Amino acid sequence: MEIHLILLFMIFAGIVAVEVKDLISSLIALSAAGLALSLGFLVLKAPSLAITQLVVEILCVIILIRATINKDLPMVKDGRWFFNTVATVLFIGCFLVFSYFALKELPAFGQPLMRVSGEYLAGGFTQTGVANLVSAITLNFRSYDALAEAAIIFASIIGVLAITRRIGKTNEQ
Amino acid sequence: MSTYLLCFILFCVGLYCILRKRNIVKIIIGLGIIEYSVNMFLVLIGYRMQGRAPILAKDQAINNMVDPLTQAMVLTTIVIGLALMVLVVSIAIRIYEKYGTFDITKIRRLRG
Repeated sequence: MEIHLILLFMIFAGIVAVEVKDLISSLIALSAAGLALSLGFLVLKAPSLAITQLVVEILCVIILIRATINKDLPMVKDGRWFFNTVATVLFIGCFLVFSYFALKELPAFGQPLMRVSGEYLAGGFTQTGVANLVSAITLNFRSYDALAEAAIIFASIIGVLAITRRIGKTNEQ
Repeated sequence: MSTYLLCFILFCVGLYCILRKRNIVKIIIGLGIIEYSVNMFLVLIGYRMQGRAPILAKDQAINNMVDPLTQAMVLTTIVIGLALMVLVVSIAIRIYEKYGTFDITKIRRLRG
Protein backbone atom coordinates (compact mmCIF):
# COMPACT_ATOMS: atom_id res chain seq x y z
CA MET A 1 0.00 0.00 0.00
CA GLU A 2 2.92 2.36 0.67
CA ILE A 3 4.17 1.66 -2.82
CA HIS A 4 0.89 2.90 -4.29
CA LEU A 5 1.25 6.18 -2.41
CA ILE A 6 4.85 6.57 -3.57
CA LEU A 7 3.91 5.82 -7.18
CA LEU A 8 1.05 8.32 -7.04
CA PHE A 9 3.43 10.93 -5.65
CA MET A 10 5.89 10.18 -8.43
CA ILE A 11 3.17 10.56 -11.07
CA PHE A 12 2.12 13.88 -9.53
CA ALA A 13 5.72 15.14 -9.40
CA GLY A 14 6.21 13.99 -13.00
CA ILE A 15 3.14 15.87 -14.20
CA VAL A 16 4.32 18.99 -12.36
CA ALA A 17 7.79 18.61 -13.90
CA VAL A 18 6.26 18.29 -17.37
CA GLU A 19 3.74 21.10 -17.17
CA VAL A 20 5.39 23.87 -15.13
CA LYS A 21 6.78 26.76 -17.18
CA ASP A 22 9.95 27.50 -15.21
CA LEU A 23 12.85 25.19 -15.97
CA ILE A 24 14.40 25.30 -12.49
CA SER A 25 11.05 24.44 -10.86
CA SER A 26 10.72 21.61 -13.33
CA LEU A 27 14.12 20.26 -12.30
CA ILE A 28 13.18 20.45 -8.63
CA ALA A 29 10.00 18.49 -9.32
CA LEU A 30 12.05 15.88 -11.22
CA SER A 31 14.41 15.52 -8.27
CA ALA A 32 11.40 15.12 -5.96
CA ALA A 33 10.30 12.21 -8.15
CA GLY A 34 13.81 10.74 -7.96
CA LEU A 35 13.93 10.96 -4.17
CA ALA A 36 10.50 9.32 -4.01
CA LEU A 37 11.95 6.56 -6.20
CA SER A 38 14.72 6.13 -3.66
CA LEU A 39 12.09 5.79 -0.91
CA GLY A 40 10.23 3.31 -3.05
CA PHE A 41 13.35 1.18 -3.38
CA LEU A 42 13.58 1.15 0.41
CA VAL A 43 9.95 0.04 0.67
CA LEU A 44 10.58 -2.68 -1.91
CA LYS A 45 13.47 -4.07 0.19
CA ALA A 46 16.32 -2.89 -1.99
CA PRO A 47 18.58 -0.78 0.26
CA SER A 48 21.66 -0.82 -1.99
CA LEU A 49 19.57 0.50 -4.88
CA ALA A 50 18.17 3.24 -2.65
CA ILE A 51 21.66 4.47 -1.74
CA THR A 52 22.80 4.45 -5.37
CA GLN A 53 19.65 6.20 -6.56
CA LEU A 54 20.10 8.94 -3.93
CA VAL A 55 23.67 9.71 -5.03
CA VAL A 56 22.87 9.52 -8.75
CA GLU A 57 19.80 11.71 -8.34
CA ILE A 58 21.75 14.49 -6.64
CA LEU A 59 24.45 14.32 -9.32
CA CYS A 60 21.79 14.49 -12.04
CA VAL A 61 20.19 17.56 -10.51
CA ILE A 62 23.54 19.33 -10.24
CA ILE A 63 24.37 18.56 -13.88
CA LEU A 64 20.95 19.63 -15.15
CA ILE A 65 21.02 22.88 -13.17
CA ARG A 66 24.44 23.58 -14.69
CA ALA A 67 22.86 23.12 -18.09
CA THR A 68 19.87 25.37 -17.52
CA ILE A 69 21.04 28.13 -15.21
CA ASN A 70 20.50 31.63 -16.70
CA LYS A 71 19.13 30.08 -19.86
CA ASP A 72 15.41 30.28 -19.34
CA LEU A 73 13.48 31.19 -22.42
CA PRO A 74 9.83 31.86 -23.28
CA MET A 75 7.97 28.98 -24.85
CA VAL A 76 6.83 29.39 -28.45
CA LYS A 77 3.12 29.28 -29.09
CA ASP A 78 2.87 28.93 -32.87
CA GLY A 79 3.19 25.70 -34.81
CA ARG A 80 1.28 22.49 -35.30
CA TRP A 81 0.16 21.95 -31.73
CA PHE A 82 -3.13 20.23 -32.61
CA PHE A 83 -1.55 17.54 -34.78
CA ASN A 84 1.23 17.13 -32.24
CA THR A 85 -1.15 16.61 -29.32
CA VAL A 86 -3.46 14.24 -31.20
CA ALA A 87 -0.56 12.09 -32.41
CA THR A 88 0.94 11.96 -28.93
CA VAL A 89 -2.33 10.97 -27.25
CA LEU A 90 -3.03 8.31 -29.89
CA PHE A 91 0.42 6.83 -29.45
CA ILE A 92 0.13 6.78 -25.66
CA GLY A 93 -3.32 5.18 -25.90
CA CYS A 94 -2.00 2.41 -28.17
CA PHE A 95 0.90 1.90 -25.78
CA LEU A 96 -1.39 1.61 -22.75
CA VAL A 97 -3.71 -0.88 -24.50
CA PHE A 98 -0.84 -3.12 -25.57
CA SER A 99 0.80 -2.87 -22.15
CA TYR A 100 -2.49 -3.88 -20.51
CA PHE A 101 -2.55 -7.08 -22.56
CA ALA A 102 1.13 -7.69 -21.90
CA LEU A 103 0.73 -7.22 -18.15
CA LYS A 104 -1.71 -10.13 -18.00
CA GLU A 105 1.12 -12.47 -18.98
CA LEU A 106 3.44 -11.30 -16.23
CA PRO A 107 3.60 -13.04 -12.85
CA ALA A 108 1.35 -11.40 -10.27
CA PHE A 109 2.74 -8.72 -8.00
CA GLY A 110 4.40 -10.36 -5.01
CA GLN A 111 5.08 -13.76 -6.56
CA PRO A 112 8.22 -13.43 -8.68
CA LEU A 113 9.76 -16.10 -10.86
CA MET A 114 12.80 -17.23 -8.92
CA ARG A 115 14.18 -19.76 -11.39
CA VAL A 116 17.70 -18.35 -11.71
CA SER A 117 17.91 -16.24 -8.60
CA GLY A 118 16.73 -19.12 -6.42
CA GLU A 119 20.04 -20.79 -7.11
CA TYR A 120 21.86 -17.55 -6.36
CA LEU A 121 19.99 -17.31 -3.07
CA ALA A 122 20.71 -20.92 -2.19
CA GLY A 123 24.41 -21.04 -3.06
CA GLY A 124 25.43 -17.41 -3.12
CA PHE A 125 27.00 -17.20 0.29
CA THR A 126 28.88 -20.51 0.11
CA GLN A 127 30.25 -19.76 -3.36
CA THR A 128 31.23 -16.12 -2.90
CA GLY A 129 31.40 -15.46 0.83
CA VAL A 130 29.53 -12.15 0.47
CA ALA A 131 26.60 -11.49 2.78
CA ASN A 132 24.98 -8.93 0.49
CA LEU A 133 23.66 -11.00 -2.40
CA VAL A 134 23.24 -8.03 -4.73
CA SER A 135 26.97 -7.35 -4.46
CA ALA A 136 27.63 -11.05 -4.96
CA ILE A 137 25.64 -11.11 -8.19
CA THR A 138 27.03 -7.81 -9.49
CA LEU A 139 30.66 -8.56 -8.79
CA ASN A 140 30.88 -12.34 -9.02
CA PHE A 141 28.10 -14.15 -10.88
CA ARG A 142 27.51 -11.42 -13.45
CA SER A 143 30.74 -9.49 -13.31
CA TYR A 144 30.80 -9.03 -17.09
CA ASP A 145 27.83 -6.73 -16.61
CA ALA A 146 29.88 -4.57 -14.26
CA LEU A 147 32.72 -4.59 -16.80
CA ALA A 148 30.40 -3.48 -19.60
CA GLU A 149 28.97 -0.82 -17.30
CA ALA A 150 32.45 0.59 -16.75
CA ALA A 151 33.03 0.49 -20.51
CA ILE A 152 29.81 2.43 -21.10
CA ILE A 153 30.78 5.04 -18.51
CA PHE A 154 34.17 5.51 -20.19
CA ALA A 155 32.49 5.80 -23.59
CA SER A 156 30.17 8.44 -22.15
CA ILE A 157 33.11 10.40 -20.70
CA ILE A 158 34.91 10.27 -24.05
CA GLY A 159 31.73 11.45 -25.74
CA VAL A 160 31.36 14.39 -23.35
CA LEU A 161 34.99 15.39 -23.88
CA ALA A 162 34.61 15.14 -27.66
CA ILE A 163 31.40 17.18 -27.69
CA THR A 164 32.48 19.98 -25.38
CA ARG A 165 36.09 20.47 -26.50
CA ARG A 166 37.29 23.85 -27.74
CA ILE A 167 40.08 22.74 -30.05
CA GLY A 168 39.22 22.60 -33.73
CA LYS A 169 36.79 25.49 -33.69
CA THR A 170 39.25 28.16 -34.80
CA ASN A 171 37.82 28.49 -38.31
CA GLU A 172 34.47 29.79 -37.11
CA GLN A 173 33.89 33.49 -37.08
CA MET B 1 -1.62 -5.41 -11.30
CA SER B 2 -2.65 -1.91 -10.22
CA THR B 3 0.93 -1.25 -9.16
CA TYR B 4 2.18 -2.17 -12.61
CA LEU B 5 -0.43 0.07 -14.20
CA LEU B 6 0.61 3.04 -12.04
CA CYS B 7 4.17 2.42 -13.16
CA PHE B 8 3.05 2.44 -16.81
CA ILE B 9 1.14 5.68 -16.25
CA LEU B 10 4.37 7.22 -14.97
CA PHE B 11 6.06 5.94 -18.15
CA CYS B 12 3.33 7.59 -20.21
CA VAL B 13 3.88 10.93 -18.45
CA GLY B 14 7.51 10.81 -19.54
CA LEU B 15 6.54 9.73 -23.05
CA TYR B 16 4.09 12.64 -23.33
CA CYS B 17 6.86 14.99 -22.23
CA ILE B 18 9.26 13.67 -24.86
CA LEU B 19 6.77 13.67 -27.71
CA ARG B 20 4.98 16.92 -27.01
CA LYS B 21 7.42 19.42 -25.55
CA ARG B 22 9.78 21.49 -27.67
CA ASN B 23 12.34 22.55 -25.10
CA ILE B 24 15.38 20.27 -25.03
CA VAL B 25 15.62 20.44 -21.24
CA LYS B 26 12.01 19.30 -20.98
CA ILE B 27 12.83 16.37 -23.26
CA ILE B 28 15.74 15.44 -20.99
CA ILE B 29 13.38 15.62 -18.00
CA GLY B 30 11.02 13.26 -19.83
CA LEU B 31 13.91 10.84 -20.37
CA GLY B 32 14.61 10.97 -16.64
CA ILE B 33 10.98 10.20 -15.77
CA ILE B 34 10.96 7.22 -18.17
CA GLU B 35 14.16 5.94 -16.60
CA TYR B 36 12.63 6.17 -13.11
CA SER B 37 9.53 4.28 -14.17
CA VAL B 38 11.48 1.48 -15.85
CA ASN B 39 13.75 1.05 -12.82
CA MET B 40 10.73 0.97 -10.54
CA PHE B 41 9.00 -1.58 -12.79
CA LEU B 42 11.97 -3.95 -12.77
CA VAL B 43 12.24 -3.81 -8.99
CA LEU B 44 8.47 -4.31 -8.66
CA ILE B 45 8.69 -7.49 -10.75
CA GLY B 46 11.26 -8.92 -8.36
CA TYR B 47 9.36 -8.06 -5.19
CA ARG B 48 8.02 -10.84 -3.01
CA MET B 49 5.21 -10.37 -0.52
CA GLN B 50 6.47 -10.12 3.06
CA GLY B 51 9.98 -10.66 1.75
CA ARG B 52 13.08 -9.16 3.19
CA ALA B 53 16.19 -7.56 1.72
CA PRO B 54 18.69 -9.96 0.13
CA ILE B 55 21.31 -9.53 2.81
CA LEU B 56 22.23 -12.58 4.85
CA ALA B 57 22.03 -12.51 8.62
CA LYS B 58 22.97 -15.08 11.19
CA ASP B 59 19.64 -16.43 12.36
CA GLN B 60 17.20 -15.84 9.52
CA ALA B 61 15.71 -18.25 7.01
CA ILE B 62 16.96 -17.86 3.47
CA ASN B 63 13.82 -18.75 1.56
CA ASN B 64 11.89 -15.51 2.00
CA MET B 65 14.06 -12.98 0.21
CA VAL B 66 13.13 -10.71 -2.66
CA ASP B 67 14.70 -11.37 -6.05
CA PRO B 68 18.34 -10.14 -5.97
CA LEU B 69 18.89 -10.56 -9.72
CA THR B 70 16.62 -7.71 -10.82
CA GLN B 71 18.16 -5.51 -8.14
CA ALA B 72 21.64 -6.21 -9.50
CA MET B 73 20.46 -5.38 -13.02
CA VAL B 74 18.79 -2.16 -11.88
CA LEU B 75 21.98 -1.17 -10.07
CA THR B 76 23.72 -1.30 -13.45
CA THR B 77 20.87 0.57 -15.09
CA ILE B 78 20.94 3.48 -12.63
CA VAL B 79 24.64 4.16 -13.23
CA ILE B 80 24.21 3.87 -17.01
CA GLY B 81 21.32 6.32 -16.70
CA LEU B 82 23.69 8.83 -15.10
CA ALA B 83 26.16 8.39 -17.98
CA LEU B 84 23.34 8.88 -20.49
CA MET B 85 22.15 12.01 -18.70
CA VAL B 86 25.64 13.53 -18.71
CA LEU B 87 26.03 12.87 -22.44
CA VAL B 88 22.62 14.31 -23.35
CA VAL B 89 23.15 17.40 -21.18
CA SER B 90 26.53 18.06 -22.82
CA ILE B 91 24.89 17.82 -26.26
CA ALA B 92 22.21 20.27 -25.09
CA ILE B 93 24.82 22.76 -23.81
CA ARG B 94 26.67 22.53 -27.12
CA ILE B 95 23.44 23.14 -29.06
CA TYR B 96 22.76 26.19 -26.90
CA GLU B 97 26.23 27.53 -27.62
CA LYS B 98 25.80 27.05 -31.35
CA TYR B 99 22.18 28.16 -31.87
CA GLY B 100 21.40 30.27 -28.81
CA THR B 101 18.15 28.45 -28.06
CA PHE B 102 16.74 25.28 -26.55
CA ASP B 103 13.75 25.22 -28.91
CA ILE B 104 13.99 22.24 -31.25
CA THR B 105 11.94 23.91 -33.98
CA LYS B 106 14.56 26.67 -34.25
CA ILE B 107 17.45 24.26 -34.66
CA ARG B 108 17.24 23.89 -38.41
CA ARG B 109 20.32 25.38 -39.95
CA LEU B 110 22.58 22.86 -41.64
CA ARG B 111 26.12 23.82 -40.75
CA GLY B 112 29.17 21.67 -41.05
